[in-house]
Amino acid sequence: MSERMRPPSLWRPPELSRAWWPVFLRNLLVWRKLAIPSLVGNIAEPLMWLVAFGYGMGALVGHIAVDGTPVPYILFLASGSICMSAMNAASFEALYSAFSRMHVQKTWEGIMNTPVGLDSVLLAELLWAGFKALFTVTAILLVMLALGISHAPKLLVAWPVLLCVGVMFSAIALIFNALAKGYDFFTYYFTLVLTPQMFLSGVFFPREQLPPLVHALSDWLPLTNAVELVRPLFMDRWPEHALRHGLVLVATTTVAFWVALALTRRRFKA
Amino acid sequence: MSDISTSTPLLRVDGLCKSYGSTRVVDGVSFAIAPGECLGVIGPNGAGKTTTIRMCLGLTVPDAGSIDYRMPGAGGPLSMPRDALAIKRHLGVVSQFDTLDPDFNCAENLRVYGRYFGIARAVLDQRIPQLLEFSALGHKAGAKPAELSGGMKRRLSLARALVNAPSLLLLDEPTTGLDPQARHLMWERLQRLVQGGTSILLTTHFMDEAERLCARLIVLDHGRKIAEGAPRALIAEHLEREVVEVYGAGAQALQHDARLARLAERVEVSGETVFFYTRDAHPLLDALLERPDLRTLHRPANLEDLFLKLTGRQIREDA
Repeated sequence: MSERMRPPSLWRPPELSRAWWPVFLRNLLVWRKLAIPSLVGNIAEPLMWLVAFGYGMGALVGHIAVDGTPVPYILFLASGSICMSAMNAASFEALYSAFSRMHVQKTWEGIMNTPVGLDSVLLAELLWAGFKALFTVTAILLVMLALGISHAPKLLVAWPVLLCVGVMFSAIALIFNALAKGYDFFTYYFTLVLTPQMFLSGVFFPREQLPPLVHALSDWLPLTNAVELVRPLFMDRWPEHALRHGLVLVATTTVAFWVALALTRRRFKA
Repeated sequence: MSDISTSTPLLRVDGLCKSYGSTRVVDGVSFAIAPGECLGVIGPNGAGKTTTIRMCLGLTVPDAGSIDYRMPGAGGPLSMPRDALAIKRHLGVVSQFDTLDPDFNCAENLRVYGRYFGIARAVLDQRIPQLLEFSALGHKAGAKPAELSGGMKRRLSLARALVNAPSLLLLDEPTTGLDPQARHLMWERLQRLVQGGTSILLTTHFMDEAERLCARLIVLDHGRKIAEGAPRALIAEHLEREVVEVYGAGAQALQHDARLARLAERVEVSGETVFFYTRDAHPLLDALLERPDLRTLHRPANLEDLFLKLTGRQIREDA
C-alpha cells in the first residue's frame, strides 16, 4: 500500500489537452473589458517610433539596400519594428500580466483546484500572450496599410509568422516569469535581454553595420530570425532562408516552453 | 467509526508522509471519510493540516502513503496524485485565501470557474442563480469581489467550489478572519450542505466550529494523528466533565493550595488563569466562596480544553 513515492520529473513531457481553452477564454473575457484603452497603449508607442523615425530619419537616410534591392527607410523600419512590437507585446503579457495572475491574484491556484492542470494553464498563457501580440501587430499592420507603407500581398503570410514570433517571445518570457520573485525582476529582462535585441537584430539599421563578431552572434538572436523572415514579405518577396529562420523560431519556442514548464512546475512543486 | 468500516469510504488516506528537508511535516497520517460525513482536522499551526489537504488535492506529492477516492459517478477507484484531474472533477475546494477573479462580478466568477470543469452553458445558466441564492449573494450577482465584505467573499468562494456539484468539499480554514455574524451564516450554509448529503473535509483551529460542524475529528500535532473520534466522545474520553476557571490578582497562587487541588482531578495554569478540571465542581465552588476577590467561571469541558490538553499550551509560531 504505502510504497515509496518519487516526485515525477520536472522535465517530463507536457501533459496537454483541450483544458487550456477555458483559461485562454478567461483571459480574453477580462481583456475584452479593457480592450479599447489597451489598444491605444499597445499601438500608440510603436506608431510614434515608426512615424518619427521613419519619416524623420527616412528623409535623411533615403533608401537602404536589402539583399541588393534599395527600399525606402520607412519600409525597412516598418518591417523590423513590427517584429519588435510583437516581441514587446508578448513579453509584457507573459511577464507582468501572467505574474499578476500567477502570484498576486493567485488565479492559477484557483484554476488548479479544477480538472485543469498546471501544464494546461501555462499553455494557455503561452497562447494568450501570442494572441495579444497578434492583436497589437494587426492594429499596426492596418495603420501601415492606411499609410501606404506597404501593400504587398505577402503581408498575409507575414501575419501568421508574426503570431509565431509572439508565441516564441512569450515562451522565453515565461521562463523569467517562473523565476520571478517580484515585478522588479522584469526590468532586468527588458533592459538586458530585449533592448540589446532591439539594436542588434536589424530593426533600425542593417546588421551589416555591426562589427563582424557581433554580426555573427546576432545571427542567433530570436528577433533577428523574426526580422529576416518578415522583412522580405513586406517587400513582397519570399525570405531567402525561410526554412532555417523558421526552424530557429520553432526550436526556440519548443525549448523555451519546455524550460518554462519545468521551472514553473518547480515553483508550484507539482 | 463503525459506519466507516461497513460502507465504502469516499476518501481513504493511509500512512501519509511528507518531509521538507529534514523536517517531517506529515508523519504516517491515516483517516477516512464516509459518504455524507463531515470530518474535521484540527491542530495547532504547523501541525501538518494544510500539507495534508494539499496532498489530498494532488498539489503536493507525498513521500509515502496512499490517497484513494471512490466517488459516485467516477466509475471505479481513483488514486492521488495519479488520477488528479479525474478526481478534481468531483471535488470542491475552498482554500485558506480567496482566489476569486477580481475582474469578474459574482455571476461571472461562477461561470468562468464552471467552464474549467467543462460544464455546459445551459447547466450553468440554471445553476448560477441557485448558487448565488444559496450563498446569500442573490442581490450581489453584478458586484465585483472588491465590493464584497469578507464574509461575502468567503461565501462566493464556497459557491464557486459548489459549481461542479462536488461529492466532497475540502475547506481549509473557511471562517478565519470573519466576524461572528458572517461565521454563523457560513456554518449554517455548511450544515445545510451536510444535511443534503455532501461530504466535507474541514481544517480549522476554531474549536466551536469543529464541534458544531463535524461528526468526527482527527487531531494532528507535529505531523502525527494524536486523537480521533466524535467531539463529545473525545471530550468524555480525555477530560473531566467540568471546568472551573479562576482569575484575578492572586489567582495564580491557588495552584499551590493543597485543599483546592484535592477537589480537582487536574490543575493547569495559563497566564493569569488557573483551570481546575473536575468531575464535580460544587465542593470546589463552595471552597472558592471564601475568595470573593477572585472571579470564577464554571462551565462544562469543551473541545478547546481537549485541544489544549493534547497539544499543550505553548504558543506555536513556527508555521
